[in-house]
Amino acid sequence: MKTAKQITEDKRGFRLHVLPTNKYKTVSIVVKWKAPLEKETITKRSLLPSIMQKATERYPTSRQLQGALEDLYGTALSADAAKKGENHVLSFRMEVVNDRYLKEEGSILEKAVRILSEVLYQPEREGEGFSSSIFEREKETLTQRIHSVKDDKMSYANIRLMDHMCEGEAYGVHAQGHLEELEPLTNEQLFSYYKKMIQEDEMDVYVTGDVSKESIEPLFDEFFSRDADLSSHHRTQATDKQVDGSREIIEREEMSQGKLHIGFRTHTFFGEDDYYPLQVFNGIFGGFPSSKLFMNVREKHSLAYYAASRFESHKGLLFVFSGIDPNDYRQAKTIILDQKKAIENGEFSEEEVEESKQQIIHQLKETMEHPYGLIEILYHQQLSGKEIDADELFRRLEQVTSSDVIRLAKKIELDTIYFLTSTEKGDS
Amino acid sequence: MNRQEFNHINETIHEEKMDNGLQVFLLSKPEMIKTYGIFTTNYGSIDQTFTPLGKEEEVTVPEGIAHFLEHKLFEKEDRDVFQDFTKLGASANAFTSFTKTAYLFSATSHIYENVRTLVDFVQDPYFSEQSVEKEKGIISQEIRMYDDQPDWRGFFGTIGSLYHKHPVKVDIAGTVESIQDISKDDLYMCYETFYHPSNMVLFLAGNFEPEEMMNYVRENQNSKEFPEAPAINRRFPREPVSAFKSENSIQMAVSTPKAYIGLKEQVAELSGEELLRSELLSDMLLDFYFSTSGKYYDELYQSGLVDDSFHFETEWEREFGFTVLGGDSRSPDAFLKRLKKMLLTMKKETITDEDFARMKRKKIGEFMRALNSLEFIANQYTHYHMLGINLFDVLPFIESLKKEDMEEFVENWMQESRMTTFQVKPKE
Repeated sequence: MKTAKQITEDKRGFRLHVLPTNKYKTVSIVVKWKAPLEKETITKRSLLPSIMQKATERYPTSRQLQGALEDLYGTALSADAAKKGENHVLSFRMEVVNDRYLKEEGSILEKAVRILSEVLYQPEREGEGFSSSIFEREKETLTQRIHSVKDDKMSYANIRLMDHMCEGEAYGVHAQGHLEELEPLTNEQLFSYYKKMIQEDEMDVYVTGDVSKESIEPLFDEFFSRDADLSSHHRTQATDKQVDGSREIIEREEMSQGKLHIGFRTHTFFGEDDYYPLQVFNGIFGGFPSSKLFMNVREKHSLAYYAASRFESHKGLLFVFSGIDPNDYRQAKTIILDQKKAIENGEFSEEEVEESKQQIIHQLKETMEHPYGLIEILYHQQLSGKEIDADELFRRLEQVTSSDVIRLAKKIELDTIYFLTSTEKGDS
Repeated sequence: MNRQEFNHINETIHEEKMDNGLQVFLLSKPEMIKTYGIFTTNYGSIDQTFTPLGKEEEVTVPEGIAHFLEHKLFEKEDRDVFQDFTKLGASANAFTSFTKTAYLFSATSHIYENVRTLVDFVQDPYFSEQSVEKEKGIISQEIRMYDDQPDWRGFFGTIGSLYHKHPVKVDIAGTVESIQDISKDDLYMCYETFYHPSNMVLFLAGNFEPEEMMNYVRENQNSKEFPEAPAINRRFPREPVSAFKSENSIQMAVSTPKAYIGLKEQVAELSGEELLRSELLSDMLLDFYFSTSGKYYDELYQSGLVDDSFHFETEWEREFGFTVLGGDSRSPDAFLKRLKKMLLTMKKETITDEDFARMKRKKIGEFMRALNSLEFIANQYTHYHMLGINLFDVLPFIESLKKEDMEEFVENWMQESRMTTFQVKPKE
């Protein structure tokens, strides 16, 4: 099996990736804009997607733009911003019902693609800024969202762990942006950054659905071409850091369940040889309900409802999370760290290794069958500059041995133990 | 085995009722790599008072027992069933809702073994006092996790002040106190009453040959013995039409207040088709006025009364129904006042033919997009089947809706006596 028949072509100012398949009743389009992750630009980049998807020259209010999309059989448009290692990526996504399932004259797809290009290139503007009412309202919304981050304790604990663990590193910036940057930001400053972004960001366009490259290429040539300054493009390799003694941090909020989040450095990056044993390690450690964390923290000791691990591929980080009673902190922490030691000591079976591989392969196949999932996998490869087809990916996973897993477990360093807990109770 | 073709969307369903009463549906999708299976019992958190199988006297069981049973079904005398799926390279999960408990897997290999594993584990319970006690710690942490989520508290707070005594007002997982009373014998009693094949639906979707799969399931079912089961006698408290409280609130550590309006829907005496019509029309109306293209949402958003956390949902079931709208608001009193006025004056608005056509197109597109997902098809097909509706008839049903249907519906929809407001207020 192939990941997908990906056809990639360099176009004027962007790369077009077409993935024809008959699995879906829709056509999905994702446009990616990438720049290095920087404290100076992150707040602007976090605000831009919400402003850009609100209005265009042709549809100058949010209601008009949404109405136009609804007329196209509720074509879905969304945009977001995310950290990928030390890159920052804006994603604009559109999903359109395939014309063949509709009793319509003319192409819905063509009309939808045109709207998407207008969202990117022809925003509604006033002088040298975006529509001022939209700018003010969205700035306010983002301010509010940053203020409310504490209300979701799990994401708040993640953010705090990052604040401590990656202090001073590019990766430590908040994906949502920072209030001290947002408050003084003017409409003109944002618009001037926007113009620079659409000139300089690296741009990839993905299209998947029951379409052929020949049929859709002219559409994208017409609507997406740009005179971009591509000279600044280079691959951002995230900085790695050796741990100089691990830290333990306890903070308190009013809450009933404590959030224990632990950060490790894997010193391992997407596309490297060790990336395969890293995945298998994570599968044995905490990636699945059959993993050591779930089996020990939850099933054996009844301390938690969830206890899992996950890794960040482009920055070389691994995180454990668990929600526990504030009084169980020491016990849960010990059990979690013991599971990693157990793997270092080879305390796992050949069966666990094989099962972990099969789980990962299954998860990959499943992700590849989802239009946006497939595009994300391919974009990861694009980011790392290492294109690997699915067969090769599975073969490399199959080759991982127990000793690879042990070596990886030893390579992973504990960095920061973070516990967000109740103001009222709990030992520490 | 019956075969039903739905040409307008290019899908075919194979269907059979087994001798023991189990209803099986198959959707063969040879173009997919994945197979998804879901085994559902028509039994959820609201089924608290009933006559147990083989008994004369009615019982009322502790709150949260259906969800507790769901957890415990995975544990067998000698193993955890998650491991069985892991060995087969599949992933498994389960969920409990107000009206259903469902067990599911997703697999890209060993399809038949995974189907057997799913069906066999659900049909072979093993509960012990010791494992029931152990689970109380885990589920307590699950409940505490939700306790710290203000959105969840806001939603259940709203339902709780809509209903006087109907069990829909209780959190699906129960409370930390109520689950302490659950015993092994309670679990067996609920299991025997509600997990009889005649109360269950198996839906498989994905990469298999339908004849072969149906034979496989039939053989599996014929090899097992089940007692004769009369129709289940469930009882629900008599619930007044009006809302329990017209306003209510809680205090919790949030940075932004949350405010909601709930509406108790009138579902008594509605047939399956009437439920579907009400669900579609209410959803289309909410969407028309309160989605990002809606004029009410626009007004609320522009005036700063809500931010983009605003959302709405409507649920129409046999025993209950509700509509909830709300989100974060820094002026919750003004927001609720304005929102209530909008809801109560909605019937005076004019919907043009053009508006109505757009609403239908949007709904059709939404439905077509959802059909990309095997999970959506299987879950929704089962849900609608239990209400006496065929999922694939929904599309022609939407097409047949007339503006007059909507005008008639909206006329009686919103009534102040069936409304409640609910706030999550920051602690002072």
